[in-house]
Amino acid sequence: MNAPPEKFPATIAGYKTFELGAFTFSRDEYFVTITWPVQGGRRQSHTISADAFLRALMRDVAWGFFYGVVNFDPVFGTRNLYGKVEFFGGRLNEHYHNNGLSCVEVFDTPVTMKLIKEILADWVNEGFDPFAAPMETGDAAFGVKHGDNLKAIDRYRVPTKRMPGLEGDSPLRGDDNGYPINRAFADVAQDQPEIHAEPGFEKELHGFNLFAYLSRSDVTWNPSVTSVCKNSLFCPTTEEYILPIIHGNDRVEWFVQLSDEIMWNINDKDTGRPRARVLMKAGDVAAMPADIAHQGFSKKRSMLLVWENANPEIVKMYESKQLPPYPVEF
Amino acid sequence: MSEFVTRFDSLNDYEKGHIEIINDKPKHYCFSNVFEVASGAKPYEKIAVAKNFEYVIEAIRAEGKSSWMAAAHDEFCVVMDGDVTIEFVKLDHPESVAASDKEGTVPVSGEPQGKRMGTIRLKRGHQALLPKGAAYRFDSAKPSVMIQQTLQGDLTVQKWAEICYR
Repeated sequence: MNAPPEKFPATIAGYKTFELGAFTFSRDEYFVTITWPVQGGRRQSHTISADAFLRALMRDVAWGFFYGVVNFDPVFGTRNLYGKVEFFGGRLNEHYHNNGLSCVEVFDTPVTMKLIKEILADWVNEGFDPFAAPMETGDAAFGVKHGDNLKAIDRYRVPTKRMPGLEGDSPLRGDDNGYPINRAFADVAQDQPEIHAEPGFEKELHGFNLFAYLSRSDVTWNPSVTSVCKNSLFCPTTEEYILPIIHGNDRVEWFVQLSDEIMWNINDKDTGRPRARVLMKAGDVAAMPADIAHQGFSKKRSMLLVWENANPEIVKMYESKQLPPYPVEF
Repeated sequence: MSEFVTRFDSLNDYEKGHIEIINDKPKHYCFSNVFEVASGAKPYEKIAVAKNFEYVIEAIRAEGKSSWMAAAHDEFCVVMDGDVTIEFVKLDHPESVAASDKEGTVPVSGEPQGKRMGTIRLKRGHQALLPKGAAYRFDSAKPSVMIQQTLQGDLTVQKWAEICYR
């Protein structure tokens, strides 16, 4: 019977081949091929476009495997176990899983993070920015290996303790610290709040233009915290083209569409079966239940407020079915 | 001129999105629109549009001057449409207004006792910190819309069936 090879060459088109546990990762001019062992001693192979794979892998690096499941596509992905991380092939695709073609393996997070950073460093070519929209970064992801872009892959979620711009907290964005206004937000007003503090209260009164701050984001689909109310985190982000992952929730999260619009495809988290499509326009608010996976499509760069509850205990409550997957009963 | 036009909607010009159900129920998505909610709200009614355990996001119609409020924790507001000025007073005895474990916004009875901290004037897209230990009140000459990040409290209004797709 024909089957994928047990071993790939050490390099293909100049790109290194990597292994993580039983998984192999190789790339060529256009595609990434992943294989894993399945029933009968065979290996299952899977192909993802190289740019899509690198955009998804970049989010795993930047977000520290994020909340819940990061599906690279309907077959392959990672699940954050917070301290450990699960890699899976076919596990959340009912056809692969029900036919014995799925594989799940758990790894320590630090070791895994080191390896996927090495993959990114080797597979991202000069001129390709996995955080950028396709119209900004072009087709540099493809072809035989040419150079690298280490600066582009060294960006993470901005950690904020309370609110950007406060003393000792994350910085605001401006031309002077390398955050020009993005081309798609050239029309966004850059005025700032008028703050009139009485003497002695200059450091206690604080405001900033959130929309201007977002207009200067140099990344897409990469939430950063802009306000912290105990475990309630406002994590706005700017979105263009397609969310590079299908995010499987391990808790309820909420979206507030601040500008423009995003269409969301909603699937069942465990089976991948379609459940709904949600079109959000400016001012719309919607919950993403704890049992779904979602992927967004933003035809024009838009501003989205992602609202997260960072309390780690709630994951167990949803997993154990102590709670309904929906945030409100009415 | 930019080839792109960024669309921020407003109280007087908004277009709500929609849900296309394949195999689910619309109400599971608690889908509302802050401008629509504010259009039917009383001034400074704090209507929950998002809820995650004890935390909420409230949609608020700012119109005229609000009463004084405070909280035992930081809160934040973002103006989605209009022009809102916030006045702050550093409370001399914040625990007498809101005990340290009290959740959500609380009303301040009468004039707050403490030093004037100053004011912040917010326009569309501007965000302000409503710091714990401070009383604050809003003032808006024309109807404006804000969202507030806080915890569910005595002033939070929940009317999901009225504001969400079912």
